[in-house]
Formats: sequence, structure tokens, C-alpha cells
Amino acid sequence: MISVQSEDFSLEQEYQKLRTEAGDAGAIVTFTGIVRKLYDGSGDTSGTAETDTLYLEHYPGMTETSLANIVSAAEKKWALLAVRVIHRVGELKPKEQIVFVGTASGHRQDAFDAAQFIMDFLKSRAPFWKKQSAGKDSHWVDARVSDAEALARWQDS
Amino acid sequence: MLTIHYFASVREAVKRSKEELELPENVANIGDLIEHLLLLHPHFEAIFQDDRKILIAVNQTVVDKSQALDPGDEIAFFPPMTGG
Repeated sequence: MISVQSEDFSLEQEYQKLRTEAGDAGAIVTFTGIVRKLYDGSGDTSGTAETDTLYLEHYPGMTETSLANIVSAAEKKWALLAVRVIHRVGELKPKEQIVFVGTASGHRQDAFDAAQFIMDFLKSRAPFWKKQSAGKDSHWVDARVSDAEALARWQDS
Repeated sequence: MLTIHYFASVREAVKRSKEELELPENVANIGDLIEHLLLLHPHFEAIFQDDRKILIAVNQTVVDKSQALDPGDEIAFFPPMTGG
């Protein structure tokens, strides 16, 4: 259900696994995150360098526990029939797939909402850190205010 | 024995990924531990002076500085997370 891996993943295979596992699902939502070449860390693209490499560090053990907790929280809020989360770590290049979230439910709204919830929490509650390299320059990506805001919208629900 | 992990920008600033130390007598919580680490390693000051740059986990759960410590705890210091 949860994988933290350096290898790439196949959207088709993951989708078929969700279909099989979910039984009588009426809706499957899949989200795939892709490494961007133009990195707008502050939301401002002017003057930002192009990414050559994105390095993903994580905290083995805590990463898997955090993702499991996020999925459990989603399963309590919505009627989900299957959930799949994959996050890649190590060195990635622009256009590579970095993250996958798939949710299955009887009706579409639960699957849509749960997928968004899982992504919002994954971005700032699971111990992953991105380091962006462009030529000889490299820097750790700062946490974004918009990610904290994305999380805040679930506080009241 | 406490095990302390450092990740990402914090790991680079403190120039180590892990260390182990006996829980000192005068260290009751995370705040005390940070004071102790600053005495052991003065170069930690640059990263530990700004609370916004550091998150703390004890036994893989995020906590604040008031968290009490037990011998054998696994502690981690890292910057705000940037997954996805």
C-alpha cells in the first residue's frame, strides 16, 4: 500500500492493482507528481535556475510510519476501498515521476478528496527533503507557505 | 544511549548524520539536550539559533522542545519537510 523506493513506477500497473484490490469501486483517482525543470521555490519563476537534478532525502522508518498515519487518517474520513502511495527517493531528473497517490471509492467525491488530503499532508508531514542542483549550484528547497495553507484547509473539516 | 539523527540541511550544517551519547544527568527534555549539544559542538549554533529552521522528532514522532527524554530514545533534527 505504501512504497518508498528509488525505482520508477508504472501508472498502468498501479491503476490495475487498485482496480483489483478495490473490488466494487465506482471511482479511482490517481495523482502523479513530476519533477519540474523550472523550479519556482518561492512561487516566483523570475531568475530561477533550471534544475539538473533533484535529490530526495528521507528518514527511513519515520517516512513509512508518517505515510501510514496519513493514509489511516484519510481512511477514517472517507469510505475508501483501496489506497496506494509511492514516493521516490534519491536522484531524479526533470520530467521523471516522483510521487503517486491512488484512491478508490464507491463514488468519486471520496476518492477525489482523499487523494488531495493525502498529497497535502505528504508534502509537509512526511519526512522528505528536496535538494535542487543546477550546474555547480545546489540548495535545499525551502518549505512553501502555500503547502502550509493547503494543509490548513483540512483543519476545519 | 541516545541516538541522534540529523537530516538534509541540518545534517550538512552540523557536519554529521548521526551520533550517540549517554543521556546526561542534567538533560530532562529536548530543550536541555539542545543546550548540551551546543556546548559539545559550538558550530551547531548557526542552525539551532532559529527555531523555524528545525523540527524535532523523538522516536519518529514530531515533538516540541518540552518533550521529556528517556535513555534509549531515538532523536532526530531536520528542517521543515518538502516532499511530494
